[in-house]
Amino acid sequence: MPGTLVIFWGFAGLALASALLCITRRSAVASALWLVVTLFALAALFVLLDAQFIAVLQVLVYAGAIMVLFLFVIMLLNLGRPGPSDVKGPLGVGTACLLGGVLLFQLWILRKAVPSAPIQLPPGSMARLQQEQGLVGAIARPLFDTYLIPFEITSLLLLAAIVGAVVLAKRKL
Amino acid sequence: MLLGPALFVSAALFTLGVFGVLLRRNAIVIFMCVELMLNAVNLTFVALAQRLGVAGQLFVFFVMAVAAAEAAVGLAIVLAIYRHKGTVNLQNIDLLKG
Repeated sequence: MPGTLVIFWGFAGLALASALLCITRRSAVASALWLVVTLFALAALFVLLDAQFIAVLQVLVYAGAIMVLFLFVIMLLNLGRPGPSDVKGPLGVGTACLLGGVLLFQLWILRKAVPSAPIQLPPGSMARLQQEQGLVGAIARPLFDTYLIPFEITSLLLLAAIVGAVVLAKRKL
Repeated sequence: MLLGPALFVSAALFTLGVFGVLLRRNAIVIFMCVELMLNAVNLTFVALAQRLGVAGQLFVFFVMAVAAAEAAVGLAIVLAIYRHKGTVNLQNIDLLKG
């Protein structure tokens, strides 16, 4: 188990460091590329947490589709060259530090909260489920059974998003 | 178990996302920080799914779908604002300011 923990903290450190670089880089393109590194590191963490299929989706959908969309818009708006810094002044930085610190403190308190014992599954039950039904099957079965209606509503949401994006991006409304 | 460390990393990532939203003025970078926050929540879902059942991983599905829709519509709005104002700096977008 210590080996797993070492790999986990390695990727966690990578994710946190690249997230920090993402929010501090002046150029929007550099921010986007560091965010891609964060998303890849998170995909590795998902693999360690028994969610291999989610990790594949993370790389395909997030690092692939969504970040390409971001980079496309950045290049369309010609924001690639580093301009004057867009970071707020001392007052803004102070407010951000204060609110961020308060939030981190609250989350630090929350880390002690563990799910109550009666609803917890025995350790290793997720790996066993995936062994029985397959990596995709373990997720697909409840998706098309218990969560069928939310799944169908998601398709409506995506349709609305497509129509909305086309209407908004048209030159003449 | 990796539950505790995963929740800690998730909390730190979420805080970094909030910090970025509060710190930056570039609308697109703020969007990316929102994506960072969504990913932090996804990590929480996946970590808790190990102990509380596969539903947590399903919620990550739905979060990804909503994030994709949000990115498409949001970036279209940013494009429309850029065409109108010629900038994506939030300081210059003050139409509703008194």
